[in-house]
Amino acid sequence: MTVRLTVVRPGALTTVQDLGRRGHAHLGVPRSGALDAPAMALANRLLGNAPGAAVLEATLTGCALRPDHTVTVVVGGAPCPVTVDGRPAAWGAPVRVPAGAVLDAGGVTAGVRAYVAVAGGIAVEPVLGSRSTDLLSGLGPAPLRAGDVLPLGVPGSPEVPADLAPWPAPPPELTLPVRLGPRTDWFTPAALRTLTSATYRVSQHSNRIGLRTEGPPLERVPGGELPSEGMVLGAVQVPPDGRPVVFLHDHPTTGGYPVIGVVAETALAAAAQAAAGTPVRFTPG
Amino acid sequence: MTAGRPLSVRPAGRHALLVELPDAEHTGAFHAELLRRRAAGTLPPVEEIVPGARTVLLDGVPQPEQLARRMAGWDIPARPADDGGVVEIPVRYDGPDLAQVAALWQVGSDEVGALHASYTYRVAFCGFAPGFGYLTGLPARLHLPRRDTPRTRVPAGAVALAGPYSAVYPRATPGGWQLIGTMADPAPLWDLTRDEPALLTPGTRVRFVAESGAS
Repeated sequence: MTVRLTVVRPGALTTVQDLGRRGHAHLGVPRSGALDAPAMALANRLLGNAPGAAVLEATLTGCALRPDHTVTVVVGGAPCPVTVDGRPAAWGAPVRVPAGAVLDAGGVTAGVRAYVAVAGGIAVEPVLGSRSTDLLSGLGPAPLRAGDVLPLGVPGSPEVPADLAPWPAPPPELTLPVRLGPRTDWFTPAALRTLTSATYRVSQHSNRIGLRTEGPPLERVPGGELPSEGMVLGAVQVPPDGRPVVFLHDHPTTGGYPVIGVVAETALAAAAQAAAGTPVRFTPG
Repeated sequence: MTAGRPLSVRPAGRHALLVELPDAEHTGAFHAELLRRRAAGTLPPVEEIVPGARTVLLDGVPQPEQLARRMAGWDIPARPADDGGVVEIPVRYDGPDLAQVAALWQVGSDEVGALHASYTYRVAFCGFAPGFGYLTGLPARLHLPRRDTPRTRVPAGAVALAGPYSAVYPRATPGGWQLIGTMADPAPLWDLTRDEPALLTPGTRVRFVAESGAS
């Protein structure tokens, strides 16, 4: 018997995410996967799911779902009101949703991305080893639409007791440790000072491809164009307008703008929860 | 081949190295060497090997400094011009930019296809979209600028030129390349039902075959 979820309200942008695709970057396939990977892992742990079981990543406005059998869910990541058939339910802890009831993860009260994990995991067909939606190249399931039906996997080991779950609060200020290179020499000494001394702000044009910033432009030394080269997750790419972009999980695997430095992967979960306008500081790391 | 022209290794975060080579030829040889060593089991674990125009990115490397030291001592043989398989791509040379390309190449519009199809290409690297390969092999005198104004939609199967590269669009996307022809059935360029979904993987050689009736 396959349990299914019907999408009642898809929200602004809700995608299926897991640990992403590895080993295909040379074909132009981004890694993809949950932007706030620790939030996904914690939600899965609270349900007894495998750490990489596929979950839903909802952006800002949440989503609503109706299971056709009773299921257990955890809504975590960015804090948001949770209701079951209109009645308040727990955020960040397992919630029982009866067959036919509507689970609604509301608009976030802080942060950007809420995660809805379901016991058994979302069991859409994997593509290249992952169920993740890749918004850059269109691999994996399309973003959710109202009426979509999602199959669930079989719940795993008994659910762990809902002990105190350490959900980190979305950052009031984002600190991104950055290691210089590989193309630091494409920038002026002043640009390097600016990078680690200025305060940037998260741009509203940020998405799963990159955290865009607003702030003082980073000046390049005069020169030609960079031939396309491989890009890593967390790369701080500087396009011609000089505003650094931190590459997130759906980033292009090759690119032609110089990368001044690379943000540690451990800092990217906080980056994924930094709302537009959040101050950003790059620190030597 | 690398004698006197050492590779330079640049850091790219905690677990990646960007290896820079003097030119596309050395880059291809170094990439081939990496694949050979990985197949032979003599390369330390590396999650991604991503060639670029003049670089190879090694990502997901547990101990990058150690690997960088080892690579410095490698003897990298030149890649034979004829190694690896050849993929043939049938093309109708009917693209909307034929006349402009002909003018830049200083040939007749009806000669562009034959000239383009007279070279053997190699996939230098991939990117832009899954299945999109950047093919080198055009002589320098035939390298072209991008269009001044990118098209909002380039159809799937479009055979295109920009800079030193040729490419075939695996699916419809915006694009700024000069369009000279059409691969009638582009589905094989990216086919998720195959074990290797990309037809044009880095290192693969490519020949364009003008379809009869093309002009």
